[in-house]
Amino acid sequence: MIPELGHFALLAALAVALVQVIVPVVGVVRARPRWMEVAVSGAQAQLLLIVTAYLCLTWSFITRDWSVAYVAANSHSQLPLMYRISAVWGAHEGSMLLWVLMLAGWGGAVSVFSRRLPRDVLALTLSVLGAISIGFLLFILLTSNPFDRNFPVPTDGRDLNPLLQDPGLVIHPPLLYMGYVGFSVAFAFALAALISGRMDAAWTRWTRPWTTTAWLFLTLGITLGSWWAYNELGWGGWWFWDPVENASFMPWLVGTALIHSLAVTEKRGVLKSWTLLLAILAFSLSLLGTFLVRSGVLVSVHAFATDPARGVFILGFLCTVLGVAFLLYAWRAPSLVNDAEISLISREGLLLLNNVFLIVAAAAVLIGTLYPLVVDAFELGKISVGPPYFNAVFLPLAAPLGVLVGLASVIGWKRGQRGELVRRLRWPLLIAVLTSLAMPWILHRQTQVAAIGGSLLAVWVMVATLEGIWHRLRNRDNRWRGLIQIPRGVWGMSLAHFALGVWILGVTFVSLYSVERDVRLGPGDSVELSGYTYTLIEVQGYAGPNYDADRASVEVSRDGKVVAELSPEKRRYRAQGSVMTEAAVDHTPFRDLYVALAESLEGGDWALRIYYKPMMRLVWLGGVLMALGGILAVSDRRYRLERAEQRSRVHSVEAAA
Amino acid sequence: MRVRYLAPIAVLIGLTVLFVFGLGHDPREVPSPLIGKPSPDFTLRVMGSDEPYQRSQLLGRPVLVNFFASWCAGCKVEHPLLMELSRRGVEIVGIDYKDTDAAARQWLDKHGNPYAKVIADVQGTAGLDWGVYGVPETFVLDAAGTIVYKQIGPMTEEAWITRIAPLMGAH
Repeated sequence: MIPELGHFALLAALAVALVQVIVPVVGVVRARPRWMEVAVSGAQAQLLLIVTAYLCLTWSFITRDWSVAYVAANSHSQLPLMYRISAVWGAHEGSMLLWVLMLAGWGGAVSVFSRRLPRDVLALTLSVLGAISIGFLLFILLTSNPFDRNFPVPTDGRDLNPLLQDPGLVIHPPLLYMGYVGFSVAFAFALAALISGRMDAAWTRWTRPWTTTAWLFLTLGITLGSWWAYNELGWGGWWFWDPVENASFMPWLVGTALIHSLAVTEKRGVLKSWTLLLAILAFSLSLLGTFLVRSGVLVSVHAFATDPARGVFILGFLCTVLGVAFLLYAWRAPSLVNDAEISLISREGLLLLNNVFLIVAAAAVLIGTLYPLVVDAFELGKISVGPPYFNAVFLPLAAPLGVLVGLASVIGWKRGQRGELVRRLRWPLLIAVLTSLAMPWILHRQTQVAAIGGSLLAVWVMVATLEGIWHRLRNRDNRWRGLIQIPRGVWGMSLAHFALGVWILGVTFVSLYSVERDVRLGPGDSVELSGYTYTLIEVQGYAGPNYDADRASVEVSRDGKVVAELSPEKRRYRAQGSVMTEAAVDHTPFRDLYVALAESLEGGDWALRIYYKPMMRLVWLGGVLMALGGILAVSDRRYRLERAEQRSRVHSVEAAA
Repeated sequence: MRVRYLAPIAVLIGLTVLFVFGLGHDPREVPSPLIGKPSPDFTLRVMGSDEPYQRSQLLGRPVLVNFFASWCAGCKVEHPLLMELSRRGVEIVGIDYKDTDAAARQWLDKHGNPYAKVIADVQGTAGLDWGVYGVPETFVLDAAGTIVYKQIGPMTEEAWITRIAPLMGAH
């Protein structure tokens, strides 16, 4: 009964979405305010219905209803409750349901928080979101219904993919989808602006907090995904450039570009058509990512061939949505004229440059991701493009961004002065040079050009950002008061930029100074790596809820003092018979000690993999701080005071960045 | 409507054509200029050691030479089939392409090792000589060391049965 209720709720949501698209648009055309209002109630009704459907599926998982095919395929009687709840998005059908849930959530939020927008803009925005929802609801109902029944009913489920049985994976997909799908709001605003022809800077002001919110969720999602891969895959790596990761990274790059170009357009009224295009592109890449991941087109053609309907459907939908968006753009954008010229030595000039680098980097990632498909299309076989390509192409494009961050935080709008640039940045530059020359040597007694270059970039970004804050306080009598008076938007920007520096520092050191070793140890044996002594105490078997495991106990000591007890595990999941590595990590901000249990050898010995990874934490800390910066920026009071137009103008002068 | 504003839609159309191709496509055999020629010479080392390995060690019996890497998605696809072939007694020599020993070791630990020997081609120099432009690629060598067939992309059951097995003789 419950699954049927869920199915029915989805059908009802589809009907509501149709109304949400058609009635408000007709209302706008005929200038009927009450018809436009339908968009608001439609978005909220749709959210309610999809939440209902989602809860129905969750209920089926919690009650172990094996008569539902999707539940039987992705759960097991011994699966713990937490994973039964997260198993809802553990495979294709449920993750599409999560997708529409997020979309409905964003739509509901827009309908609540944007009541003060002009009525027609709000109506059009919500109806664009409704149209996207129609596509995905049809996709679920026609090709991937999670509520399909299973006859005869199996006696037990086939279990959730063991890779996904990890606390990190419980929250990673929802965060990632929040970000992915969140760009639909910027997209909808951009389309509403294009349709209505009201493409002045107003839409950028409404869009900014939404875009920043989506971006911060995406940042957290990617960071968490990286952390999960590090702990769960047992390879000690934190980024693999695989198509699934790239699918989330491309919208992040374009979303980052969008945040900056929105600032330029709002502040200076330039780059209007470019910003519109970016808003469309960011969401396009989210859709493209969904297509690449969901159709199976990249991993294996054969997996896809089992259900061609899915790939064809998403592709058709993708083309419709983007085709309409790009045609609208081609129709309206030529009428936009820039109000002012852009000089390169100005904040907007540098932000434009930042956009160029970000977009080219995104394009490079896109090309690398799609290249195997191109090769395939021209009948050259199947290949994959790996880290050698991505590192070689991406890093040179990313490095200038770091240089730009430092410059742009100091330079003024319109026409910056070189003299001031030099005067304000000579000290940060000096500090960065001295620190970067000293740091690799002090920390690792060994230095190399790449380490100096990376540290230089990282410290430069951090110090220049701090200089930006300092500059705002320089003429204050009471510096503490001044600190409080800095708008949160500026704090958010500075924190996110500082976080970029933290991240660069982490990436530099972990890439250059990591040490890894495969060793063979019997109980009582020790091995030394980077000054730490690892002793294998024992390996014991134990039974988990739905798996059996071997757990090693490894003691790590330095200079005779025990610094950590690590318990890496090797688990065999009973239902699927698959083996998983649970690495054990001891971490401080400056280093990770990482031990993974490989396999048992003859004579009671075990093969272990040991890593020393300096500053690994900084990589994720950077991601988390960036997201915190996003939170600070969207909590800026000018967004809460939108109604008081005049006052908000004053603040935007301060906070735009 | 100025032309440059149509660029996004042109890109979209291009990508769509590509995806339609990608969706309805089957991997096919590709002629390689190296087929019928002696396999290129190389001197590399066995992965995880300093033991040298040369072309001459591939001579004397038919052998499969499989270029793979731990970072390669297609390698995971073909891997179960290679495991099966190795169980049936087919000699497969793996060349670990542009990879680190440790990463490849972990990958093999995790998925199983179908290779009689794993050769490390860290710089990708052998790959260059052999005309490898992506992994996985598999070369079929006869006893004289001549390349008789090249499989681009993952090895498939079909390719094995219809083309490679007959070339390898008894299997």
